Amino acid sequence: MASSFTRILSSKRNVGILSVVGGSVTAAFLLNREHVSAGVPVRRIYPASAEYPDLRKHNNCMASNLTPAIYAKLCDKATPNGFTLDQAIQTGVDNPGHPFIKTVGMVAGDEESYEVFADLLDPVIKERHNGYDPCTMKHPTDLDASKIHSGQFDERYVLSSRVRTGRSIRGLSLPPACTRAERREVERVVIDALSGLKGDLTGRYYSLTQMTEKEQQQLIDDHFLFDKPVSPLLTCAGMARDWPDARGIWHNNEKTFLIWVNEEDHTRVISMEKGGNMKRVFERFCRGLKEVERLIQERGWEFMWNERLGYILTCPSNLGTGLRAGVHVKLPLLSKDPRFSKILDNLRLQKRGTGGVDTAAVGGVFDISNLDRLGQSEVQLVQTVIDGVNYLVECEKKLEKGQDIKVPPPLKQFK
Amino acid sequence: MESRPRPMGAQTVRYKAAPPAVCAAGELSGRRCGVWVCTVGKIGIFVSSPDNGSNRTQQGAAMPFGNTHNQMKMNYSSDQEYPDLSKHNNHMAKILTPAMYERLRSKQTPSGFTLDDVIQTGVDNPGHPFIMTVGCVAGDEETYEVFKELLDPVIEDRHGGYKPADKHKTDLNPDNLKGGDDLDPNYVLSSRVRTGRSIRGFCLPPHCSRGERRMVEKLSNEALDSLTGDLKGKYYALKNMTDAEQQQLIDDHFLFDKPVSPLLLASGMARDWPDARGIWHNDNKTFLVWVNEEDHLRVISMQKGGNMKEVFNRFCTGLTKIESLFKEKGHEFMWNEHLGYVLTCPSNLGTGLRAGVHMKLPNMSKHAKFEEVLKRLRLQKRGTGGVDTAAVGGVFDISNADRLGFSEVELVQMVVDGVKLLTEMEKRLEKGQSIDDLMPAQK
Repeated sequence: MASSFTRILSSKRNVGILSVVGGSVTAAFLLNREHVSAGVPVRRIYPASAEYPDLRKHNNCMASNLTPAIYAKLCDKATPNGFTLDQAIQTGVDNPGHPFIKTVGMVAGDEESYEVFADLLDPVIKERHNGYDPCTMKHPTDLDASKIHSGQFDERYVLSSRVRTGRSIRGLSLPPACTRAERREVERVVIDALSGLKGDLTGRYYSLTQMTEKEQQQLIDDHFLFDKPVSPLLTCAGMARDWPDARGIWHNNEKTFLIWVNEEDHTRVISMEKGGNMKRVFERFCRGLKEVERLIQERGWEFMWNERLGYILTCPSNLGTGLRAGVHVKLPLLSKDPRFSKILDNLRLQKRGTGGVDTAAVGGVFDISNLDRLGQSEVQLVQTVIDGVNYLVECEKKLEKGQDIKVPPPLKQFK
Repeated sequence: MESRPRPMGAQTVRYKAAPPAVCAAGELSGRRCGVWVCTVGKIGIFVSSPDNGSNRTQQGAAMPFGNTHNQMKMNYSSDQEYPDLSKHNNHMAKILTPAMYERLRSKQTPSGFTLDDVIQTGVDNPGHPFIMTVGCVAGDEETYEVFKELLDPVIEDRHGGYKPADKHKTDLNPDNLKGGDDLDPNYVLSSRVRTGRSIRGFCLPPHCSRGERRMVEKLSNEALDSLTGDLKGKYYALKNMTDAEQQQLIDDHFLFDKPVSPLLLASGMARDWPDARGIWHNDNKTFLVWVNEEDHLRVISMQKGGNMKEVFNRFCTGLTKIESLFKEKGHEFMWNEHLGYVLTCPSNLGTGLRAGVHMKLPNMSKHAKFEEVLKRLRLQKRGTGGVDTAAVGGVFDISNADRLGFSEVELVQMVVDGVKLLTEMEKRLEKGQSIDDLMPAQK
């Protein structure tokens, strides 16, 4: 997985850098291959103290960790692509947050953001990911679905199963920062690779700009279509620029494997099906992901990944696995039990409404998924969900029979 | 390093803490060359001390926000970067061509505002089949020079054929207004004149950093604090407002909210809200200044009833006074002979003036010729909530349609004369009489 920065540069950025700017730049890039240096320094006319944002009414991870000293240290830096600290934190400045829900409050514009702004991002990551220390710890990646056991749920309770993650294409800027051409390049690279998928993964791409009305309606009915982001958390970060240019949805013919292109990340990969066969969902997820990775590597590309942070995505909250494995499950009795939240907490699970994040549960049906993303592998997280959901279903059954339930002991976090 | 002819409109900028290779601001690759050579293997940090406004454009310091992608974009061809404007209906989309994009995309203003920054709002908001929006904004005064090739035709289209060589007349002498103190209060409920002003040397709302915006607020406060007599008043910063103050300002119809229109949001003007935004008004509540909303300053004179002359008097007096207070401190407004007062949106160039009344036109508004009359009088109608709102109870907001190419006095005169005529017509229609003989000629 080691990146070869110059190889990517010379093969992908043929015309631009070398010919226009000359040999000195090549030297600069070669010298900086081993560690990331900041890009063109930002020229300021006000001291950092005059630029420091007013975060007194803010409640997000960025605001909790951005001291004036850190701001002063980082405010004049930029990644090699030119992404600045102000751009990274803009969404957190514009969205003070909620007293109960602590949002992250910053984004990455490219892979190098996580290095250049490490002084801020490392504590933010540590806070968001429950103590995972990017300076000292390593993130395990494991996409071997054969290790999963007990992955078939009781379908009287579990209505559907789903696993999602994101992947970024190394060498191209992320949605908050990408230019139109970069975004189009992401689209081209991804759909080119996806066209190589075979068997039960054979599918097709629907570009948002060229979709017919009929296709659009079908995708809505299938619950596949994503809309232009309206959440100010996303729009303030700049990810909705040039909408709907270079955005689209790819799915296989069986509608069980789906990829969003250029929404909040370069790609969001989703495996899903009705019913409770989480093992099969995860098996297809892993197989599909590995196949896509192989296909892009054939063409000289790779995913953004490193040992410290796992898979690199736009939002620090999605680092590591970027994985959310979840089910829609009927828990009408358990959800009314006052111990419900504690049980979920101890099982390292979270509940959402059936519309996804920030929606309400309907008819006692909840979306239950893993809380963690970083510090545990995909296999570990999916197993956690399987074990946890099985436990919840057992509780529901006990309550149906009028029996009492127990709050399980808290799971250890970093295995 | 290849040398390139300096393109028209680019300014040579000397940076105080600059690397040895000095570069022209308008030519991107030259500038990038110089900086790269210096920073091989090293992180160079330039922090120059803040200085006063008069030197700033010579300094040409870049704003930390924005423009950071221009270097990356040059790695891709112009075709690869060109926006898809096939479904768009705004002035920018009608004027921009791939060839023009190619010529302009390597440029930037001294503060670092680029073509993509100019057009982002127009790319993100395709527009409406019936309403033609502008689709581009300025990030600083130099935008109108550096991106002339795009903005001149946009301005020409938007402002009724105003040519690049045309000169704009400024006239803020209220004595030149004839009449206007006698609009019929049975029909005219309120009168209002607004404009905008930008402080020279400071970046405009789409581009300014927090430090820059706070400086605009500080300077504006200093000037407004010095107003006396019936202009004496007080500043309410949005972020420090008490609930009681906020409610009062809402009741007075003074409070402006965080912009929600995607036209404004996409251009970046709402960043860091509500930092350094506020409202100043005089004790009489007839003179009001918005700070750092869509422009540095929006200046509003208003009162109930039909005495537009008095409203315009106060408007001119107040503006002139504010301008002299700024000058005392070494600052001036952005203004030039060709574009008049320079504001964020090209639609507000020239006078930036909208003089209007709320008036009752229940009969006239239902008449088949209403639109035609307005057009000939060079007036426009809006709902009583302002632009993009509906009229309520037959009450319309009637104001001048033009901004550039006519002086302030001329525009207010058009409103005064036009409102008088509309009142006549309304009265005729009330009595069931015809208005055909009153139809005006095209102004």
